[in-house]
Amino acid sequence: MNPVNYLYLAALLFTIGATGVLIRRNAIVVFMCIELMLNACNLSLIAFSRMHGNLDGQIIAFFTMVVAAAEVVVGLAIIVSLFRTRHSASVDDAALMKL
Amino acid sequence: MENLIAPLIAAPLLGAAVLLCGGRRLDKAGHWIGTALAVASFVLGAVLFAGLLGRGAEDRTLVQHLFSWIPVEGFQADVAFRLDQLSMTFVLLITGVGSLIHVYSIGYMEHDERRRRFFGYLNLFLAAMLILVLADNYLLLYLGWEGVGLASYLLIGFWQHKPSAATAAKKAFLVNRVGDMGLSIAIMLMFTTFGTFAFTPVLGSVGETGEGTLTAIALMLLLAACGKSAQVPLQSWLGDAMEGPTPVSALIHAATMVTAGVYLIVRSGAIFNAAPDAQLVVTVVGAVTLIFGAIVGCAKDDIKKALAGSTMSQIGYMVLAAGLGPIGYAVAIMHLVTHGFFKAGLFLGAGSVMHGMNDEVDMRRYGGLRKYMPVTFVTFGLGYLAIIGFPGLSGFFSKDLIIESAFAKGGVQGWILGTVTLVGAGITAFYMTRVMLMTFFGEERWRNLPAASPDAPDVEPAADHGGVPHPHESPKVMTVPMIVLAFGSVFAGAFFGIGERFVHWLEPVTAYEHGHPPVSALTVTAATVTVMVIGVGLAWLQYGRRPVPVVAPRGSLLTRAARRDLLQDDFNHVVLVRGGEHLTRSLVYVDHTLVDGVVNGTAAGVGGLSSRMRRLQNGFARSYAVSMFGGTALLVAATLLMRAV
Repeated sequence: MNPVNYLYLAALLFTIGATGVLIRRNAIVVFMCIELMLNACNLSLIAFSRMHGNLDGQIIAFFTMVVAAAEVVVGLAIIVSLFRTRHSASVDDAALMKL
Repeated sequence: MENLIAPLIAAPLLGAAVLLCGGRRLDKAGHWIGTALAVASFVLGAVLFAGLLGRGAEDRTLVQHLFSWIPVEGFQADVAFRLDQLSMTFVLLITGVGSLIHVYSIGYMEHDERRRRFFGYLNLFLAAMLILVLADNYLLLYLGWEGVGLASYLLIGFWQHKPSAATAAKKAFLVNRVGDMGLSIAIMLMFTTFGTFAFTPVLGSVGETGEGTLTAIALMLLLAACGKSAQVPLQSWLGDAMEGPTPVSALIHAATMVTAGVYLIVRSGAIFNAAPDAQLVVTVVGAVTLIFGAIVGCAKDDIKKALAGSTMSQIGYMVLAAGLGPIGYAVAIMHLVTHGFFKAGLFLGAGSVMHGMNDEVDMRRYGGLRKYMPVTFVTFGLGYLAIIGFPGLSGFFSKDLIIESAFAKGGVQGWILGTVTLVGAGITAFYMTRVMLMTFFGEERWRNLPAASPDAPDVEPAADHGGVPHPHESPKVMTVPMIVLAFGSVFAGAFFGIGERFVHWLEPVTAYEHGHPPVSALTVTAATVTVMVIGVGLAWLQYGRRPVPVVAPRGSLLTRAARRDLLQDDFNHVVLVRGGEHLTRSLVYVDHTLVDGVVNGTAAGVGGLSSRMRRLQNGFARSYAVSMFGGTALLVAATLLMRAV
């Protein structure tokens, strides 16, 4: 199968993720959309690795996974504590950091 | 021999240091120390003079190199003194008249509790003036130039408790600063042009320099001379300088310091010779001041201010002569020396009169004093005869030579300058006769005086010590210097003039060419004497035959203007003070609107822009995400675009 198709799929996933980040208010959904974007990137990295015939892309994909795992831990913790204090998971409600 | 030059200056300098730093414990002996050091300086001067006389005429230049003052690569300023015929003449005049006036001051300042300080300042003046005339380069000359300015300031304002004296001192200082600017600019021009400012190289390399530069230097030197010598347009300070004690007026503002401008022009003669345009300006300045001072002298009722007008006028004669070039340099210096004698004598006489009249200065309150002050009368009278140019006395020889030289300039200029000097001689005779008649002749007006003189606003109110003054002769310590100066007034001219002795003495320094006036010298002399007799006659008609009113009459327009110093202060006020105020105000306006406007405008612009940018920071994570995506998209687009190109 033509590896370019994987790139199309990655672009599609990335767009879905970006759109979700922009239009959804629920922090959990926004968070999942971010994960979707990260995985779209991983997919395109692996596709490139395949196309160019070296392993660099795959290695970077591993790194991305590690970073994403760490990020999930921190992010979910923030979301949980946000929900506990404000009784809401809406990102628009947490708009205190402004001038 | 030349090792004596430094001690000559050091003596009064030491006196100034000792007297000004010594404190009260020197109060009793201060005046003796000051006088002794002034006399010591004179004695050293006389020894040097005898030494110079023992040498050949061309070999009479001594140079003492003391130390290197500012030794920088490309900029050498030495403390070196040059004693030649010109500076020798000045040294003898300064220390001689200076010593006499020190002696006189012992009596005059007897009742002043700050007498020690007075003598300290006088010694400081002597030292600075000696540095001025003995300097071997223009920078050291500038040091002396500023030094005499400082001494003049301190001494004019010596009675600083009088607001008028304090103001007069400031005025003299400020007006002198204008002239000093001229001298400093001239020195800078010399340095850029010649690379040095020592006399010999500067004056020696005049021939290789463009006339434009030389004219600029000469005009700046003239500005300096105008400030120090009270020439138009910087003359306004001299009249007010009479606020100082009378010995100061005699020494600094008549005999020595005010002639420094003439010295500067004569010393820089080579520069002026090569700049004929500047020379013309010098003669014009001299001619204008000559008439200006004489007119002011005719109208003043204050005896010292009348004499100050006369000083201005006589220095006008010298400056005019100095502007004539080699015909006039030696003549100018000769008049300077004779003037030093008779004008110092006249001022000391005026001081003696004031001393006997409770410090009254208004001549309308004098009259008939010859009976009470015989010595003062005779010495003042001899000075008077000398200044009006009575045949045989010193003023006759020197002034006559100036008038001849003015005619000898030739052409229309010669006739104009000659006529001006002749008219000046007539006015001189008029105002000096007026002073003489009002002071020593006529009825004794001081016996019954009105309370105040509201019609003469420029006359100082009477020094009211209560009751009728008791005029008396001054003590010997004051009269002896007056007698010595009177001798000088009588005989100096004949001594210098007969056989052109003085001119030949100065010839190696100033060069001399004998002028040839279009009319014979005898005619000029006859005309001078005639004009003098007319002046005396007119004065006698007005002030001798008729009684002098105690309260000054209103007078003609010219008289009233002359009483106000021919409106010089008003002119300065309107043109310079007002003009300066307007200039500063408009500069403040420009500063506030334009300069501050740019700064404040920039600040306000940045502030406004940032308060708008602030709105972007709204706290919504999703709007930040939009800008992030937008930015990324832009970057990617730009990258693609760059690659495509």
